[in-house]
Amino acid sequence: MAASYNAKEEDGHLSGSSGLGGTAIRTRKPDNTAFKQQRLPAWQPILTAGTVLPAFFVIGLIFIPIGIGLFVTSNNIKEIEIEYTGTETSSPCFNCSHNFSWNSTTPCKCVLSFFLDQPFESNVFMYYGLSNFYQNHRRYVKSRDDSQLNGDLNSLKDPSKECEPYRFNEKPIAPCGAIANSMFNDTLDLFYIDPNGTKNPIPLIKKGIAWWTDKHVKFRNPAGSNLTAVFRDTAKPVNWLKPVYELDTDSENNGFINEDFIVWMRTAALPTFRKLYRIIQKKNNMTPTLPRGNYTLEVTYNYPVRSFEGRKRMILSTISWMGGKNPFLGIAYITVGSICFFLGVVLLFIHHKYGNRNNSSDISN
Amino acid sequence: MHIYKADQEPAVRSLGPENLLLKGATLKNTKKINGVAVYTGMETKMALNYQGKSQKRSAVEKSINAFLLVYLCILISKAVVCTTLKYVWQSKDGQDEPWYNQKTQKEKDTNMYVKMFTDFLSFMVLFNFIIPVSMYVTVEMQKFLGSFFITWDKDFFDPEIQEGALVNTSDLNEELGQVEYVFTDKTGTLTQNNMEFIECCIDGFQYRHRDELDGFTVTDGPVSKLQQKAGLEKEELFLRALCLCHTVQVKEDGAEETPGDQVDGVDGMFPQPEEERCFIASSPDEIALVKGAMRYGFTFLGLESKNMKIKNRQNDIEEYKLLHVLNFDPVRRRMSVIVQTKSGETLLFCKGADSSIFPRVKPEEVERIRLHVERNATEGYRTLCVAFKQLSAEEYAVADTGLREARLALQDREDKLMAIYNQVETGMSLIGATAVEDRLQEEAAETMEALQGAGIKVWVLTGDKMETAKSTCYACRLFQRGTELLELTVRTLEDGRTKREDKLLELLRDYHRRAVQDAPPVKAGVTRSWSTANQEYGFIIDGATLSLLMNPPRDADACLYRNLFLQICQNSTAVLCCRMAPLQKAQIVKMVKNSKGSPITLSIGDGANDVSMILEAHVGIGVKGKEGRQAVRNSDYAIPKLKHLKKLLLAHGHLYYVRIAHLVQYFFYKNLCFILPQFLYQFFCGYSQQPLYDAAYLTMYNICFTSMPILAYSLLEQHMAIEVLLDNATLYRQIAKNAMLRWRPFLYWTVLGIFQGLMFFFGVRFLFSNPALQDNGQVFGNWSYGTIVFTVLVFTVTLKLALDTRHWTWINHFVIWGSLAFYVFFSFFWGGIIWPFLKQQRLYFVFANMLSSVSAWLVIIILILLSLLPELLLVVLRKPRGPHSRQMAAVTPLSYKHLMERY
Repeated sequence: MAASYNAKEEDGHLSGSSGLGGTAIRTRKPDNTAFKQQRLPAWQPILTAGTVLPAFFVIGLIFIPIGIGLFVTSNNIKEIEIEYTGTETSSPCFNCSHNFSWNSTTPCKCVLSFFLDQPFESNVFMYYGLSNFYQNHRRYVKSRDDSQLNGDLNSLKDPSKECEPYRFNEKPIAPCGAIANSMFNDTLDLFYIDPNGTKNPIPLIKKGIAWWTDKHVKFRNPAGSNLTAVFRDTAKPVNWLKPVYELDTDSENNGFINEDFIVWMRTAALPTFRKLYRIIQKKNNMTPTLPRGNYTLEVTYNYPVRSFEGRKRMILSTISWMGGKNPFLGIAYITVGSICFFLGVVLLFIHHKYGNRNNSSDISN
Repeated sequence: MHIYKADQEPAVRSLGPENLLLKGATLKNTKKINGVAVYTGMETKMALNYQGKSQKRSAVEKSINAFLLVYLCILISKAVVCTTLKYVWQSKDGQDEPWYNQKTQKEKDTNMYVKMFTDFLSFMVLFNFIIPVSMYVTVEMQKFLGSFFITWDKDFFDPEIQEGALVNTSDLNEELGQVEYVFTDKTGTLTQNNMEFIECCIDGFQYRHRDELDGFTVTDGPVSKLQQKAGLEKEELFLRALCLCHTVQVKEDGAEETPGDQVDGVDGMFPQPEEERCFIASSPDEIALVKGAMRYGFTFLGLESKNMKIKNRQNDIEEYKLLHVLNFDPVRRRMSVIVQTKSGETLLFCKGADSSIFPRVKPEEVERIRLHVERNATEGYRTLCVAFKQLSAEEYAVADTGLREARLALQDREDKLMAIYNQVETGMSLIGATAVEDRLQEEAAETMEALQGAGIKVWVLTGDKMETAKSTCYACRLFQRGTELLELTVRTLEDGRTKREDKLLELLRDYHRRAVQDAPPVKAGVTRSWSTANQEYGFIIDGATLSLLMNPPRDADACLYRNLFLQICQNSTAVLCCRMAPLQKAQIVKMVKNSKGSPITLSIGDGANDVSMILEAHVGIGVKGKEGRQAVRNSDYAIPKLKHLKKLLLAHGHLYYVRIAHLVQYFFYKNLCFILPQFLYQFFCGYSQQPLYDAAYLTMYNICFTSMPILAYSLLEQHMAIEVLLDNATLYRQIAKNAMLRWRPFLYWTVLGIFQGLMFFFGVRFLFSNPALQDNGQVFGNWSYGTIVFTVLVFTVTLKLALDTRHWTWINHFVIWGSLAFYVFFSFFWGGIIWPFLKQQRLYFVFANMLSSVSAWLVIIILILLSLLPELLLVVLRKPRGPHSRQMAAVTPLSYKHLMERY
């Protein structure tokens, strides 16, 4: 036999030799580094019942007091809501809401009286609330032109397409868009009725209701000394009664930087919402901001909500460090805290009882 | 060479399989040969055994696709629900187009059905983040980067070949953790294919070669021992037999050959300076025997024109004339040579398997040697018996003519040859037996044991003879002493008078009854008792029987056969398939692969004949052996030695699987609780497709805020230390059958995602029932709402991962806390500037304002805590069960405690 054959050698031999013999032998010993060998020093926490159980107690012990604090704080906040939509015939605003017409020239006024059985001690914040008003509708949310609101002259003349169909009314609309167009324009006035029957208007402060950054950075009037001149070539939003440069007499609160306007432009998250309207500042430490007694709310009814079954309300509220009245957080903290604590106790019991039994059985194994 | 000459009778030459030159053959002792091409092109063995490289996809990928389908359904149903509800809602008076929110002219003109369709599409776009597109990127990165850890592993580095492991595909990393069947080649993989002469037995006396050094230099040591035991004459006769009875070629002066050029079977140089020679043979056993004889003083010098030269102990050259070689064949399982001594005596030397020699020698000689042979066989050595016979002149003449005639016969040549061989090889006298060890690879037995401990079934597929393979199986502890062997080979089929097919079925039924039906029910394949009470079965089948099994004469039986066969195999601890053709190996792999439950298979081999099986299996591993690169090139992973398989599977495979499974589940989960609040928000915004989160957050969520921690986790996580994984092979069973990506864990993650999504949304929803959240009475809008939800989301999702992380390296710390810090930083930055390229400054100072509100802080904290509470709760509720559960409980992350609960 002149040839030898190995059953296992069919193809690899030649290629193998060229692979191995052809090139100089390279040492490819892997680096012995911690990373490459997956031996990086590591902290290896182990969550066991033993470590988790104390956490339950700690959570319980921390959360319950916080929850109680929150709950008490929330309960101490005084809040009163006056609905003035005027859906029922008995409502003073029924006529106004019923006879509403976009074209009416004379404003419709209605007066609601209410009784405050507890004095509001600190600063009081006056909100208006709307229900079933979808400020978060996509078509609505995007219907604005932020560069126009930031004083950009080009956008003033040619508002963004997003503003359709509130973009042009022969002349470019300023401020354009559905949000601006539907700005809340009821006027709310509050009067305190003295025990002797005299009607004292309560001073309502309209500054400080919008975010500082919005008022000073995000919203800016177009450059120009005279607002009227600046806005001359623009049209007012269709549903507005007055043009934008007549929103307020105070030049610091007029035009795009009108705070009522800015507040409105921050679209609400949910279809039922409230927005800050006015602030009633505390006068001095002696008298409460709003003493116990009779009040009347005078509404200049300009804003129709019946067509979409909306509701309007006025809210007076004090504010704490956690904001307005909302028992949710307090309840949530108390609940979670108690659950944790309770679970901790139960689990400790179970763990102690069954854990031990398992240990002993293990040992016997 | 002229076959036909005008004036001459054509010479008749017989050509048979023994004349075939296969690829890799070397030409020796002659300048040229004439050849006839018999198989070319696609008919060559290589082409026939080659299978197209098919796309391999891992089980994890299949799970991903299934999950994806579920999420796609969720996505579509969400979009359908929203679209339907939108039109229901709009049908109410004054809702569709209130005075404050008029449609544009274009919208009014659009056809109602077109609008519905575009609405549906918008919802799809809005919710499309639920499909974790970025997961694919991360998975690819994880696989690509993760595979470096295999190449970097210094434990895989073999100083001999100066190479480490090689990763040819990174797609299958996790599959290494899922292997249920290992198909291993024997020669070169389990064994080193490096035969060594261990001992011999001459005339009933054992000769063990103690010290290797002695064997090479001092010939007296063992010789003096020999003389004490057997007669010198018998001893020399035996050694002469070893020197003569073979087909070994001597290759002089192989010094310049590089090791890479050596054909397999060429063995290294010998230290004797004047005798630098190597041997070439078709079987490494023969070389081992010749070398063994050399140690005892008889050196085979070579074959020169039919003369065999031997140097004996006295350094005299003996010459023998080689008259006939009665070739080895697997049926006879022996070979013989007929030689003529100088003195004119005609001798026949025969060597072969005990079973084929014993019946042909004088019975009284057998007993003395049988003992040794059996002992050697159980020790895992390959044994051969050597016999001899002196032929008288007449006997030889008969044999000679018989052989010549048979060789030239054109019909039934094989049968005729067989007959004459059998006739010649009778009445011999047994002179001894040899034991040759096919050295196992380093730690082969330990590796096999570990694999079996890991619940992996090991099948040995080899082209070798059954006995050899069996002894290897014993040697590497695949078969234990107590293992009952179920044999299904040509031999067992033929000893009855019944037809082979019937016998096959009968045997199958019998084995099935023993191995499957009588076996105590195994509990869901998880807790296999290791006590000896359970009978363990080893199953042996050979190639011929297998082909009968796969292609039975009656097609109807194919299924029955296959099922019986598979069930027997599945209940056996180890299966040995011998005498396999390369394609048959692939066939077996394919059959197991497609069997019930489609188990994950792994093939490991080193030679070109393993390629088809490597390609067929889910994972193909090439051993960088002596047999060239074919296997390595076609494999998915290549390792230098078999022993590396243990770490590759038990440590790397396990870790990769856990990592990627967690990665996949986590991605689905984090996108679910990302998009669920957005879906819920539609119920509060008139189904208007208003996004809850700002566009920047929507895009960045998967790209920046939550991608890095999970990537780091999926590269670095070691839920158990590598040493622990290596020491406890049984841990591998925990993740068997894709345990972390089954529907149960998937459901768990999905429920968790839904729970957290609900928490995020409604927690903030209740907070926003009074949006005056600042201490100056100012209110928050919709973008603040989204930002609070998003902040809770990012923190919860990241902290959930932190809870699952068992192995905190500095990278994990950096990435997890870095991601959160980056989120905060980005939010400040994004909201801190009026971006000129943005149409709307939606987030201007929203984040900063949010942080100025105590209520927002409080709600964020409680929501994060509440979302993670169930996780913490499960830690405590997870009751330790089973014997190792305590140890497990300490090392198992939260997210796969559901696995533990099953055990």
